[in-house]
Amino acid sequence: MAKGTIHNKDVFLNEIAGKLGRERRKDVTLPRWQHQPQWEVYKNDSPDDLLAIFRQSSQAKDAHVVETDRANLAETLQKVVDAYGGESIVATNDDRFAAYGLNDVLDTNHTHRWDTALGAENIEKANAANIGIFFGDIGLAESGTIVQFNDKDIARSVSLLPITYIAIVPKSSIVPRMTQAAHEVHKQVEAGKDIATCINFISGPSNSADIEMDIVVGVHGPVKAVYLVVE
Amino acid sequence: MAMKIGEKPFFDRVDDALENDFMRNAMASAQDRLRDKKLDATERDDEIGDWEEWRSAGEEIRRHTLENLDYYLDQLSENFAAKGGHVYFAKTAEDANRYIQEVARKKDAKHVTKSKSMVTEEIGLNEALEDVGCHVHETDLAEYILQVDDTDRPSHIVVPSLHKNKEQIRDTFKSKAGYTGTEEPSELTAFARSQLRDVFLEADIGITGCNFAVAESGSISLATNEGNANMVTSYPDTQITVMGMERLVPTWDELDVLINLLSRSAVGQKITTYVTNLTPGVEEDCVDAPKEFHLVILDAGRSNALGTEFQSALHCIRCAACVNVCPVYRQIGGHAYGSIYQGPIGAVLSPILGGYEEYGELPYASSLCAACTEACPVKIPLHEQLIRHRENYVAEQGKPKAGEKLSMKAFGIGASTPSLFQIAVKGAPTFLKPFVKDGSISNGPGPMKPWTAIREFPAPGKDNFRSWFKEHKRGRK
Repeated sequence: MAKGTIHNKDVFLNEIAGKLGRERRKDVTLPRWQHQPQWEVYKNDSPDDLLAIFRQSSQAKDAHVVETDRANLAETLQKVVDAYGGESIVATNDDRFAAYGLNDVLDTNHTHRWDTALGAENIEKANAANIGIFFGDIGLAESGTIVQFNDKDIARSVSLLPITYIAIVPKSSIVPRMTQAAHEVHKQVEAGKDIATCINFISGPSNSADIEMDIVVGVHGPVKAVYLVVE
Repeated sequence: MAMKIGEKPFFDRVDDALENDFMRNAMASAQDRLRDKKLDATERDDEIGDWEEWRSAGEEIRRHTLENLDYYLDQLSENFAAKGGHVYFAKTAEDANRYIQEVARKKDAKHVTKSKSMVTEEIGLNEALEDVGCHVHETDLAEYILQVDDTDRPSHIVVPSLHKNKEQIRDTFKSKAGYTGTEEPSELTAFARSQLRDVFLEADIGITGCNFAVAESGSISLATNEGNANMVTSYPDTQITVMGMERLVPTWDELDVLINLLSRSAVGQKITTYVTNLTPGVEEDCVDAPKEFHLVILDAGRSNALGTEFQSALHCIRCAACVNVCPVYRQIGGHAYGSIYQGPIGAVLSPILGGYEEYGELPYASSLCAACTEACPVKIPLHEQLIRHRENYVAEQGKPKAGEKLSMKAFGIGASTPSLFQIAVKGAPTFLKPFVKDGSISNGPGPMKPWTAIREFPAPGKDNFRSWFKEHKRGRK
């Protein structure tokens, strides 16, 4: 990829160093922080404990949590789709649908599978869709959050444009809090990998309290959210 | 427009605010709710451990980052550019606007969507873009409300339309945007959704502010609730992010700590509904991501604080926790500050960014009760900085009014000369006698005027402390 451009860097940074009363620093080692309370939160909780916390925090964020196991996943997904009005559905282009035995459910419901070859038509379908279905990559117990690493196939639009989104969350992916997810990204960066261009932390449906501090659910993004947790 | 709000002098703005009972009630109730939510999510939340420990973690990270600001900005810009993004270091608001105008011209942009950003408000970016023929759409609900109402100005850093009630918003939407519904917040919100959905999908450029940039990966992190920032950064081909130069963290580990401090302190949430982390990079056939990325890193007066007693003001993460506890903000509201940055942090920051001549009186909009310092999640000593500003202002770095300088000088002579001081203290009851009615003063002279304009001042007693103490000691003997 072509390298981008940087304008006015040295003048700008030299002035900062000057104001700080020293030369430019070319090498800084991150200190070992004295205070790291983040690692203590839910440190010793078991996967079951974390799921219980995840359930509670998700409900507090207006997300509907449905729990199932792999054997019953397809049937449960169908039930959730029906409960939320079915009709038009979009899904990310993700091998995990096949791995989890969900292709039949998606096909039965005439789901539009994200296909980059169709270009902008994907966005039109997602914009008109009632439901978007995708896999969560990491679940955060503390805040009832789904982390999604988006790319051209794991499209951002699926969790953003439809009225309702259904996130399939493997129970094994649930970690205590943002700390573990952010550290995972940090490790990718340290290993010299390219991180996803959009790493989305999503907690429930979109909302706003801008009018008289009253919480209204469903602003520009989804109005309803379902987390389908798979044992 | 930019950072300054209104043309009236500070005390006239305060008078206007004090006469506006509706606004003051709205401020008080919003402040109570925001403060309560924050306490529930911080000191009262046992799950996260000791909140003080979190504050110390935040302070430690911010201090280190600012002390090495040149290094981390270098790293950020190199990483952003290595992935194909374009970085522009802007010394002034004008530099930043000129660069963004140029990008808009090259793209032949007509429609620009924006997510909430105080820094673009600070530099007056909307007007600059309109000057080159762009239609700028504010998409955060509060910013949208202000824009529909003939570009009213923000009164709070986190909830910019806090001074408006739902009836006012309904009337504004009706008269200016063809709304026909009721004053129900859910209906008003649904209206904004319906007005903006197509705009999001068709815009040419998406503009965001920046909660934090991550130096190690060249990423931009946005903490939002409405989904608008995701819209703004998914559909236009070009993404422009404007960041204050201090708004960055070294790595994703520190991002975690600061997002936690921000979410809990600003809105009492464990995490905001969306934390959207964007790193430049283009996949050829990707259909819902930008193809071109610009990052504008802005000084605009921030470097005035570096290496001074005000450096830690740049640790601010714009959570408004200090605003939400300030007894002065509660009474005068946001607009009275005359700056888009209000409350204690506004009174500290505005003189740094805009100078004492324009904002030198703001540090006096404080009772110095230190509630702000106690509330700050990164431990900025706000009330101490307010005192430092006052000292600088009076010591002629600013331009205090001649009358104030004269009275401070007179006080200086009086207070440092014991005999004069005694005369003043003993004479106070006599001098003030003409103003005393029923044991209090309601229309005081000179420096008492601003006080007595809004409340009674107790008349000085016949005895003063020194003479009382003398008698007291004599009595005990």
